[in-house]
Order: sequence, then C-alpha cells, then structure tokens
Amino acid sequence: MHKPFLKLIVLGMSVIILAAAAKPAAAAETIRIETKSIAFTPAKVSAHVGDTVEWTNDDFVAHTATASNGDWNIALPVHGKGSTVLKKAGKITYICKFHPNMTGEIDVR
Amino acid sequence: MRNVVLPAIAVTLLSFGFTASSAHADAAKLTDPQIAHIAYTAGVLDIKAAKLALKKTKNPDVKTFAQDMVRDHTSVNDQALALLKKLNVTPEDNDTSKSLTKGADQERAKLAKLKGAAFDKAYAENEVAYHKTVDGALENTLIPSTSNAELKDLLSTGLKIFQGHEKHAEEVVANLK
Repeated sequence: MHKPFLKLIVLGMSVIILAAAAKPAAAAETIRIETKSIAFTPAKVSAHVGDTVEWTNDDFVAHTATASNGDWNIALPVHGKGSTVLKKAGKITYICKFHPNMTGEIDVR
Repeated sequence: MRNVVLPAIAVTLLSFGFTASSAHADAAKLTDPQIAHIAYTAGVLDIKAAKLALKKTKNPDVKTFAQDMVRDHTSVNDQALALLKKLNVTPEDNDTSKSLTKGADQERAKLAKLKGAAFDKAYAENEVAYHKTVDGALENTLIPSTSNAELKDLLSTGLKIFQGHEKHAEEVVANLK
C-alpha cells in the first residue's frame, strides 16, 4: 500500500504543478486615460505588467505623458493618441512636460 | 537683469486695478469684449517674446520652451477667435491692452540687447514673472468679471495652460543655474 500511495501523491502534485503552469496569465488589458481640461483623467490608475496604457488628448493644445523615471515620453498631439506597454511593476508618476502642473500615477502590479 | 518685464507689466496691471483686493470694485468696469482683447493681447505679446527668444537663444531648454509658447498661445488665441466669432463678439481695444503692449514692447527692446546666457536668464525669468502676473490677473479679475459662460470656460482652461507655462518656466530658470 505504501508505494501506490506515494505514486498517488507524486501524481497529485504533478497535476497541481502542471495545472499551475498551464493556467493562462490574466489577459493584457488596455487602460484608457484622457487629457481633458488640462488634466489627466483619471489621474490615478492601477494596471498589471503587460497592460497597455493609452492616452487620448481631448484638449486643443498638445500634451505629453512623460514618465518621471525616464522610461517613456509619449507625444499626445491635439485630438491624438499615444500608448505604451507597461514592462515592470511599481508606481510610476508622470507629467506633461509642456504643462508640468498636469500629473498622473500608474500603479503597476 | 532680473525681472526686466515684471515691473512694467505689474505697474500696468496694478494701474488698472488688477489686484485681488480691488478685483470686485473694478470688475464692473471691464466688459467681455475688453476682457477678450486683454487675454488675446497677453498671448500675442508672449508669442512675440518667444519669437525673439527663438532668434537669439542657443540653449535647447530655452528654445523648446519658446516653441511651446508659440504653439500653445497660438492655439489658445485661435480658440478665442473662433469662440468670439461664434458669439458675434468683437474684441475691444482698451487702456489695459494698450499699456500691456507698450510695456512689453519696451521690455522686449531691452531683452533684444542681451546675448547668450544673459539673454536666456532674463527671458526665462521674465517668462516666470509675466505668467505669474497674467495668471493672477486672470484668476482674480478677468475670469470673475467675465459674463459669458463659454468665454469664462475658455479663459479658465487658458489659465490652467498658463499655470503650466509658469511651472515650466520655473524649471527652465532652475536648470539655467
């Protein structure tokens, strides 16, 4: 009885490990942020590594989404769009370099 | 060379009651066509200063800032003209606009005599001072005095843009040191 029981445990563990490995990663999402009346809306968002953040500029002046850590600097032309894929976890703050009173934050998990 | 433009602009604005404390007392004196003209003129004057900077500067930060000023103030003024056309309002020249123009023309002539780092410093410091003064006037006098809701909205958006310029100009000044 001892060996079959051990086999069962090994088999069980294998199934668990395989199941965990086969479990699909959460599908990457697109998080949408607007620049409206000279502000990032919403100003704070949460995201996961692999997600895309897409900014749409609704203002009549050009903006940028410029990461404070230098990771990205995205041009947002008047009524245009820009995006980036989030590659690492952590909180990223960003500004519009033309109007640095515009600030935003992305919490990447 | 610090604050070359500020005294002239401040005197101009103060002489026409552009202070927070007197805003209410003087508010009734300004009409929407006059307010529109003052705001438009303030933009035109900053574009002129920026074009001077683009001719003179070799500093990449100052150049980028000046390009931003030309682009943004042109956009705001284009929006203002489109709105005024829609509202069938003709901007009305007035003593404040005239004094603003006169003061800025004189100070631009002073800036034109400077070169290199001295020009960059004076231009950038003046941009901080100019935006501070104009932003204060918009916030405390012009916007509260505006009757038309759409014009008030546009001026309020303009104020946020110009507050951004003020902060950007402060960064340029800090980086020059």
